[in-house]
Amino acid sequence: MLYDIRLTIAHKYDQPADHSRHLIRVLPRSDGQAQRVTAHLIEILPYPAERYDVIDFFGNAVTSINHTLPHDAMEIRLSCRVEVFAPPPFFDISAGVGDLGRELVASTDLSAGSPMHFLGTSPLLRPNAEITDFAFGAVNAQASSASQVIQLGQALHAVMAFDPEATTVETDPLDAFRQRGGVCQDFTHIMILGLRALGIPAGYVSGYLRTLPPPGGVRLEGADAMHAWVRAWCGAAQGWIEYDPTNATLASTDHIVVGYGRDYSDVSPVIGHLRAAGGQKNTQSVDVRAIG
Amino acid sequence: MQTPQYSAPNDTGHLLANYRAQVTDRDEMLRPDGSLRPVWADLLNHISGFGAEELQRRFARGDQYLRNAGVLFRKYDDSVSSERDWPLSHMPVLLDETEWATISAGLIQRADLLEDVVRDLYGANTLVASGQLPATLLTQNPAWLRPMVGVTPASGQFLNFLSFEIGRGPNGKWWVIGDMIEAPGGAGFAVENRVAMRRVFPNFFANANIHRLAGFFQDFQQSLLDLRGTKDGEVAVLSPGPMNEGYFEHAYLARYLGLLLVEGEDLIVQDGVAMVRTVAGPKPLSLLWRRLNSALCDPLELNAKSALGTPGLLDAVRRQNLNVVNALGSGVLETRALMAFMPKFSRALRGEALLMPNIATWWCGQNKEQAHVIANRATMMIGSAYSTAPLMSDEGGVLLSTEFKDQKDAAIADMLRNRGRDLVGQEAVTLSTAPVWENGQLVPRPMCLRVFLGRTDAGWQVMPGGYARVSAGNDATAFAMQRGGQVADVWINSAAPVPLTSMLSNRSGAHPLSRVLPSRAADNLFWMGRYIERAEMNMRLYRAYFARLRDGETHDAPLLEHMRRTLLAEAAPVANEMAALFEAPLKDALQAAGKVGDRFSPDGMMALKDLNRLVQEHRAQNVPLDEEPMAMSQLLRHITGFSGLVHENMYRSLGWRFLSLGTSIERAANMCTLLSQLAGPEAPEGALDLALEIGDSVISHRTRFSIIASSASVCDLLALDGRNPRSIHYHLSRIRTHIHELPGNSNEYALTDLGRKALQLETDLSVQRARDFDPASLIAVRSEVWALSDLLGSAHLV
Repeated sequence: MLYDIRLTIAHKYDQPADHSRHLIRVLPRSDGQAQRVTAHLIEILPYPAERYDVIDFFGNAVTSINHTLPHDAMEIRLSCRVEVFAPPPFFDISAGVGDLGRELVASTDLSAGSPMHFLGTSPLLRPNAEITDFAFGAVNAQASSASQVIQLGQALHAVMAFDPEATTVETDPLDAFRQRGGVCQDFTHIMILGLRALGIPAGYVSGYLRTLPPPGGVRLEGADAMHAWVRAWCGAAQGWIEYDPTNATLASTDHIVVGYGRDYSDVSPVIGHLRAAGGQKNTQSVDVRAIG
Repeated sequence: MQTPQYSAPNDTGHLLANYRAQVTDRDEMLRPDGSLRPVWADLLNHISGFGAEELQRRFARGDQYLRNAGVLFRKYDDSVSSERDWPLSHMPVLLDETEWATISAGLIQRADLLEDVVRDLYGANTLVASGQLPATLLTQNPAWLRPMVGVTPASGQFLNFLSFEIGRGPNGKWWVIGDMIEAPGGAGFAVENRVAMRRVFPNFFANANIHRLAGFFQDFQQSLLDLRGTKDGEVAVLSPGPMNEGYFEHAYLARYLGLLLVEGEDLIVQDGVAMVRTVAGPKPLSLLWRRLNSALCDPLELNAKSALGTPGLLDAVRRQNLNVVNALGSGVLETRALMAFMPKFSRALRGEALLMPNIATWWCGQNKEQAHVIANRATMMIGSAYSTAPLMSDEGGVLLSTEFKDQKDAAIADMLRNRGRDLVGQEAVTLSTAPVWENGQLVPRPMCLRVFLGRTDAGWQVMPGGYARVSAGNDATAFAMQRGGQVADVWINSAAPVPLTSMLSNRSGAHPLSRVLPSRAADNLFWMGRYIERAEMNMRLYRAYFARLRDGETHDAPLLEHMRRTLLAEAAPVANEMAALFEAPLKDALQAAGKVGDRFSPDGMMALKDLNRLVQEHRAQNVPLDEEPMAMSQLLRHITGFSGLVHENMYRSLGWRFLSLGTSIERAANMCTLLSQLAGPEAPEGALDLALEIGDSVISHRTRFSIIASSASVCDLLALDGRNPRSIHYHLSRIRTHIHELPGNSNEYALTDLGRKALQLETDLSVQRARDFDPASLIAVRSEVWALSDLLGSAHLV
């Protein structure tokens, strides 16, 4: 699939800010056989005093910007063309959870793709008994790790309602879980906690969803903003699989990956720090158009 | 060769008899047979020459020194801080230099090894790849900072200043208890302990061959300067700020070594270069000696919640424009579980065995080790594998299994089985004891040593001394100072006379470092000046108000009512409410002074604290109405004494100028207010005399004019008279002079906006005639003074 993606993130400040600094993670990854960015442009307004691009630990593209003059608004505009290749049909060759554990203990891999980064706690996620219980109740312990991923994702989708009003970007996943509602970020965080409790390494994927479904398809939830889903490691043979709990589906060519991380804090689209009094208002709009 | 047998001289017998009876384990002062170790003999002899009373007097001298120097032990609970005396044990711990050489060799080897390990953890990663270090100890470790992976420090070195906590086991051998790598504190306290101990035993110290500490600091200072490399930027100590328990020490070290003291908000990063915001604009920074934990240093790339860091700092490090001591992320070496692997690492990376072992540690993520810890859990300390606090001083999350009853014991075994990856077991070592003075006698207490190492041209140097932490009771595990232990100086005894050095005898002669003034420090000094002046003004008003009450006037007298309404912030006719008008600014002044610990003298700080204490006592006392004026006169004497202290004793630095600018701006503005309310045609009867009284100019008025004050004569004296240090003109003139001396404002250039404003303000006022003043024109002058203050702020203080 070929997509044209347009993203606009606008920040408005109550009081002018001087000296602001931001890290921006909005550009889709170019990951060998999965997807490839063929053209892209990131515009920042006002024009920053300093700007450069780096690749972070997990291999995500980061644009670092620095404003030194007072400004009361900032806008980030991305336009890019991405080619997403159809994944091979899903075929479960994953290890059982016990074998998974043995593979992990023996692992000496510290690279970005190593499952070792995606266990236990991470900056925003601490193991939690309620979610752990839910996860164990949702899966068949004898099943393969990939089946457990799908079982947990389906179970979560069955009890959670997609509700943009229920939570904010700051909401703790446990609160979202208790109120059985939230957005893709909450679905994703809860599922990651559940998978890690089961002993399956799991991480956060940020990205885009195709806005309009193909003819005859269903419009997916979460397409009007940046989306999030889960990535789970199912042993060396299967490797990573990606599952979208908000839509109860394995990620497909409708999903375009921007960032991989342990949780939202590793991939948040904009991390900023500014010297200003007063609050700020943020808006985001996304358009993902399939062009062939 | 037979070691000479030192028996305790007769007169030390009374000191030792009790002590000897209490020694149960390895002791620093006594041999197992109860005889005195030679290194202690001279000191014991010296002490036994004094009676208990004389000793107490000497101890008190040391304590007094520490109080005067402002060395306090701060404790923080829920953002409320409390201070108590620095818990100095008045008995030093003595060690022989040959033994010290052994300790030094062991720690230098460890320092070199740690450098190799941290380089590997952020670089080639052979330790994990070869299976020697389980990957999870990094990937699950919050102290392993991923943004630092692949980054090489500009200097090529990760570690430059370390400290170790070591203890002596029953067999007499030393053990490393803790590696303090992240931001090791205490070196400054070691110096202060030493100074205090020299007050306690001045004669003894002068004649004894005790290794001095200054040489170590001199060498380390030089190596910090060398670390700047070819970039001639500033060198600064990065502190979390006055709310941190170590702030005093940060300020002390900065002063002692001649470095800038900065906080995260003092720094900005532009084009990958870290800069200090100074009153003369941003200045490049080459080296940061940080006392802030790595994760807090950069809210953008590290802990997003940190309000103490500088956004972009890591970028300056990555681009090798900034050296940080120790490198960001090096705190990963403090991970408790690493202790289990250090002996192996030493052999793998350096091909040698550890000269000094660390306390035996088992990481429970491995089956064999887990089984060992489960089997021996009754005699082990069990805690988090990732914790970076030394096991024995970790307040949370350490349990000694022996303390638990049977039913919990099963739970511990379960926990070890299920969460083994996150846990370590460590041998509960027994520490040696050293003497402390308690209730008139010497008693043995468990102790451990804190030893400091600095990297210099010649490799790692060990501070010959350091400090000992001495437990409050007999419990060898309970010596965190938060729980009431003591700190003792450590004396390394030399066989030969020791070289005498002092930080004042700097090798290069001139002071090596620049004297830039960070904007935030200047801002605090400026506001300190304003607050103190504001407090003084309000004290004068208060005194005048109560003097009139004492003389029979009532609260509803027109003048008093006018005062309350226009000069006392519409306070109710109640003493407490009016007193709050000087109490609050004094507290603010103290707070501002506390934020510039390195630039404000300990004497000044003490005087300011005294002043606050007196003011609090005044409030608590409920002074009878007719005694209020006298009480206030006393307080006023203190506050003018304080101002005298500052202005007579403070070096005429840029900092002093900002303090003086604060004073003058506040006084000029306050005088405008006072005259506008008291010298106008609407003012009640007695207002002019009140103005003269508040302006401390009753006598000058009598000398210059007839007895009866007129509006013009009062304005002449309090607004225009350039010789009257209370007049508006006097202060506008001082403001102009100070501004002229600020960076970028000198005569050789065209006037800056700020310089122009100051000159214009002074000129406009001085060409006025006394009789032309009216309330509106005075208020207009005040607005101009405030506008000048804003301009000063935006030009130099942001």
